[in-house]
Amino acid sequence: MSAGTYPEISFEARMGSVEFRIDEDRAHITVDDTKCRDCSTRGCITACPANLFVPTADGGILFNYEQCFECGTCYLVCNREGAITWTYPEGGHGVVFHRT
Amino acid sequence: MPDVDAIVVGAGPAGAAAALELARAGRSVYLLERGPFPGSKNMYGGVVYGRILDTLVPGWWDEAPVQRWVTRRATMIMTGHQALTVDFRTESWGRPPYNGATAYRPDFDAWLAGKATDAGAVLVTSTTATGLLRDGDRVVGVRTDRPDGDLTADVVIACDGVNSFLAKEAGLYPHTDPANFTVGVKETIALPREVIDERFGVRGDHGVDYEIVGCTGDVPGGGFLYTNTDTLSVGLVLSLPALAAGGTRPEELLRRMKEHPAIAPLVEGGEVKEYSAHVIPEAGYDMMPELSCDGMLVAGDAAAMCLAAGIWLEGVNFAIGSGAAAGRAAARALQRGDTSNEGLAGYRSRLESSFVLADHRKLRDAPHLVMSDLAQRQLPGLACGVAERMFRVDNPEPKPGLRRILRQELKRNGVKVRDVVSHSLRALRTFG
Ligand SMILES: Cc1cc2nc3c(=O)[nH]c(=O)nc-3n(C[C@H](O)[C@H](O)[C@H](O)COP(=O)(O)OP(=O)(O)OC[C@H]3O[C@@H](n4cnc5c(N)ncnc54)[C@H](O)[C@@H]3O)c2cc1C
Ligand code: SF4
Ligand code: SF4
Repeated sequence: MSAGTYPEISFEARMGSVEFRIDEDRAHITVDDTKCRDCSTRGCITACPANLFVPTADGGILFNYEQCFECGTCYLVCNREGAITWTYPEGGHGVVFHRT
Repeated sequence: MPDVDAIVVGAGPAGAAAALELARAGRSVYLLERGPFPGSKNMYGGVVYGRILDTLVPGWWDEAPVQRWVTRRATMIMTGHQALTVDFRTESWGRPPYNGATAYRPDFDAWLAGKATDAGAVLVTSTTATGLLRDGDRVVGVRTDRPDGDLTADVVIACDGVNSFLAKEAGLYPHTDPANFTVGVKETIALPREVIDERFGVRGDHGVDYEIVGCTGDVPGGGFLYTNTDTLSVGLVLSLPALAAGGTRPEELLRRMKEHPAIAPLVEGGEVKEYSAHVIPEAGYDMMPELSCDGMLVAGDAAAMCLAAGIWLEGVNFAIGSGAAAGRAAARALQRGDTSNEGLAGYRSRLESSFVLADHRKLRDAPHLVMSDLAQRQLPGLACGVAERMFRVDNPEPKPGLRRILRQELKRNGVKVRDVVSHSLRALRTFG
């Protein structure tokens, strides 16, 4: 295998390598995307390492909490008060690292 | 009567050390952890500098869950196609008392929390502290997400990591500025043990630690590569504002670093076993909150105690050092029956007289120096350019003098001598 052909995994496979104990009852992070429509920075889209912020055609944001590292990047870079409501998942839920 | 003497929130290295000291002092202590086991939420680059454990857990090196002992430490400066490495090795770091060890945090944190429970602390996992209980201004306990989850104590120690919602709720952080943070991403890549030994020139349980500058494209930051027994930890630390301003996404930057000719032969053929991400409090001394209030202390990343001098990351040792100091100060305050802010003031003075605040004060400029455009882009270009010209044999052209090479490379990389001089002086003041 030469350096140039190093097999890069897909983003799905990348996230598939992580264990998430998903809480089906409660989303620990929610996005009120009415606040996103006039956001010029939209920093969450490039910064979220799990790539969970997906821009929609009409200027909104589609967000799913399930494969989240609970890192805090999104609320730190978001400058629209009230756009992101951020809490930790219930104890025992969410990401579980093993060889980190 | 409160439920217990002390509640420690977060079973990372800071919380485990705090609970260990309190339990040793004969105090009843709950150690709360939101993950299913200590370390399950925690990710880092990969090296624990363990000397802080010498007094806390004598003989720790015989029992700590270590992957490899770091006997080679290298700093690599790269441009798109070049790399210049300062590579140091010493066999003395491969025997007690050692210098640094690679370890997985789910192993290491669980081991250290085990020391606290051995001493009598009660570890409560799968339990998130959701807020503070107060009596007026005084912190008297925490709310948790368990049924009937309120817990009261004479003192609470917040060791809840970089996002510390407890320290924020107590009003100890004046504001949070994204510029004070970086985000780390990493891949744990499996390779056979013998392949790692061969590629990195080590044997037995010895290992290597690489820190890399100039590998993060349009986002200021740095890279790292550490050897575990049969995996590599390969990752990046990236400035939040630059990422958010439309920088290249983290996994793409990581892909590019892994493709660099200096890195590709080290990682190729390996299988990604786990991807992970975590935020780092980067600004150190300049972002530290108030360290206490009535009934509460803050330690570890929750108090921005992580020493992040750009790519050189020491957080676990600072978390243990500050956590242990908080535990001891709390035990002393409990003994005197005064856990008010004044009664807890011993914590700050303990930190002042230890490496924790001394190093932070000394290195307060370091993050700015390493994240500057000069250090990120211009100096790597200059250093690699000079090295290439020095090592190149231009026959039949006569060898150019060093001064000429320097002049040309300074110009080519757009570096002003004035900036290098002032940067070097600042660096001398900081590191000297
Ligand atoms: C990419 C990266 C690379 C790094 N590299 C290194 C390195 O090589 N060497 C080094 O020494 N340091 C390194 N660090 C820094 C180091 O990881 C931290 O400084 C260290 O983990 C801080 O320890 P802590 O105990 O303060 O916090 P943490 O380790 O973050 O522990 C906090 C704990 O509190 C728990 N918790 C949080 N909130 C709650 C709540 N509300 N209720 C209950 N539990 C809660 C969490 O689950 C967690 O277990 C790195 C960090 C990153 C992100
Ligand atoms: S979540 Fe915040 S940063 Fe992202 S688009 Fe909405 S307002 Fe902007
Ligand atoms: S906490 Fe981190 S992983 Fe989760 S949504 Fe926010 S940025 Fe993405």
